[in-house]
Amino acid sequence: MTANIPAIPLGDAHHDAEAEYREEHLMLDPRPREEMNNMVLESMRDKSLSFWVTAGVLGMLVAVALFGAWGYMIANGMGVTGIRRPVFWGVFIANFVFWIGISHAGTFVSAILRVFKAEFRRPFTRAAELMTTFGLAAAGLYPLIHLGRTWRFYWMIPYPNQRWLWPNFHSPLVWDMIAITTYLLSSTMYLYLPLIPDLAMARDHSEGWAKKIYGWLAMGWRGTEAEFRHLNTAINIFAFAIIPVMFSVHTIVAWDFAVSKVVGWHSTVFGPYFVTGAILSGVSAVTMVLALIRGTMKNMKYFIRPEHFDALGKLVLIFSMSWGYFFFNDFNLEWYGGEAAGHAVMEYHTKGPLAWIWYGMLIANLIIPWATLWNKNVRRNPWAMFVIGFIINLGMYAERYMIVTFVLSRGRMPFDWGWYKPSLVELAISLGSIALFLFLYVVASRLIPLVPVWEVQEGQLAHTLRKIGRATVISVSELE
Amino acid sequence: MSEAAKEKWGMVIDLDACDGCQACVTACSLENNVAFAGEESVAYGHGMHWLRIQRYWEGEYPNITARYRPVMCQQCGAAPCEPVCPVFATYHSEAEQINVQVYNRCIGTRYCANNCPYEARTFNWFDFEWPEPLNAQLNPDVTVRRRGIMEKCTFCIQRIRRAEEDAKAEGREVADGEVQPACAQSCPTQAIVFGNLADPESKVSRLARSARAEKLLEDLGTEPKVIYLKGGSDRDR
Repeated sequence: MTANIPAIPLGDAHHDAEAEYREEHLMLDPRPREEMNNMVLESMRDKSLSFWVTAGVLGMLVAVALFGAWGYMIANGMGVTGIRRPVFWGVFIANFVFWIGISHAGTFVSAILRVFKAEFRRPFTRAAELMTTFGLAAAGLYPLIHLGRTWRFYWMIPYPNQRWLWPNFHSPLVWDMIAITTYLLSSTMYLYLPLIPDLAMARDHSEGWAKKIYGWLAMGWRGTEAEFRHLNTAINIFAFAIIPVMFSVHTIVAWDFAVSKVVGWHSTVFGPYFVTGAILSGVSAVTMVLALIRGTMKNMKYFIRPEHFDALGKLVLIFSMSWGYFFFNDFNLEWYGGEAAGHAVMEYHTKGPLAWIWYGMLIANLIIPWATLWNKNVRRNPWAMFVIGFIINLGMYAERYMIVTFVLSRGRMPFDWGWYKPSLVELAISLGSIALFLFLYVVASRLIPLVPVWEVQEGQLAHTLRKIGRATVISVSELE
Repeated sequence: MSEAAKEKWGMVIDLDACDGCQACVTACSLENNVAFAGEESVAYGHGMHWLRIQRYWEGEYPNITARYRPVMCQQCGAAPCEPVCPVFATYHSEAEQINVQVYNRCIGTRYCANNCPYEARTFNWFDFEWPEPLNAQLNPDVTVRRRGIMEKCTFCIQRIRRAEEDAKAEGREVADGEVQPACAQSCPTQAIVFGNLADPESKVSRLARSARAEKLLEDLGTEPKVIYLKGGSDRDR
């Protein structure tokens, strides 16, 4: 057997291993700070024709499909949607849960990986955090859009008023509003903190009014050791504090359903089931966003590498399995419960006229990730990950759609059973909110540095390749 | 507090006497300014009726019987719609022990309608218009609702209030049978009886003690104030 092993010159083997490590890991492939600064700034300032066309089309879609259709609905009444007795909630609520789910993973990827010191996170924490903020911007509109009298939304806000009225804190909708506001504020601050040194970097590389704005946003950052120590403490506090906030938000979204008396909603497993589903769809969305950034923006192939898709692909696979576990949990308990009303709801899922959505969800959320993501070559391919992420998000959207509309279609009294299909207005608004998310993201990608250069550099300084005997090993020094 | 101490207005519906004629549906809509949605909207599921006759088929053709059950808001003692409203538009009236909807406070989240196991609530999908000459008969005692808000059966609260005010002016209690909601008044077979459940001698209390009495989805613990007297083959169940 030994005869089959090809002879490798010892010296070259050492050399090759080092080159391979450098090509594979961004942390082991350091470049001078100024070079990285310029790479990130170049991608930020690259406003080609395709950028203007994309931003223009998305902006038009936001104006027409989102705000135009919404205005039409406000002027005419909720009847222009497809909702009808007994399905009083439709795609608006499904969209709301979907976008909250998308906004989840930004913080999950950034805060949890930061807390656990997962080094591969460094180049894409900002891209993920931006997803949280803009996902919340899209999600936060839906509780307003779906109101019958949108112009009275402020009656839900607790403040002393002439009407002498106070919101009902028994209502999960009020919990929802408080949780989302908290999450939006804390995730925006969490996005802003690590951005400060990069804003200062942009300030130092700009002139004129841009220098003034970046300077104002950077709040006089100079980059001293004391400033960095304070910043790292603040980021650390936020990273820990935002994790329970993140879990609470999606659990409360689940409680919107679970605290009700509706068969198929009233389930104790909804909290963790929703959180897992949110992370599954959100992490898949992070891979989609990263594939887009890597494919369309300059210099990003240096920062975002197959290793990142590989790591995220493993996360997606794990969360697909956890989601499957909770799904099985939710479905099976209802089945074994044997209540006639519960069985009617389940049969509408599995045998009803829209059962293809249910089977499609299982294929998209379980079969496709399990069949593909075990393979390292698939995980390392950005566009393959984009497609898989897209399919999983379709599946997760289907899950939310069914939780909202299928369950309501089959109430306790068969005489009042019904079904729902979205109208053109609802589809336009849904499309408009996707456009809003993309529009905000595209615009932000040209206004702020999308890669936290200082964090990448910090990681690169901590990583070294060392030779132990004949082996080359990665050595990471503790930063804090 | 025990359930009995909290009872006041209640309704008994004799399912053996109901022949599904829909007179109550019409009377209710006219009394309460319920919007006229039109045939197409009603068929689509945008109808506004506060009261509907559920129709179930029993047996196989040709030995088939239609069974009817008028269902309106059950005025639950522990109403699922109440805690979920973020703005207290739906709440429990301690004075009348019924479930009240404040139209002008409603912002239209529609959560109450989803959480109602009786599907008793209707939503103003549009600003519906009353075709002539129905526009001339609006009841001045009842608010006309605009688009985007939720509404439901009130046990004809305007009639309850009027009877209470009359009784108060004359210095007496409200007499049994003095308050009649529009559905009870219009029922040709007198299947619907309304009255004070707190008074053990009232007609509605006597009927509620019948062996045929049942409440809709009683196992949910909603404590409905509408009592059905079982009919048809269910009579002796």
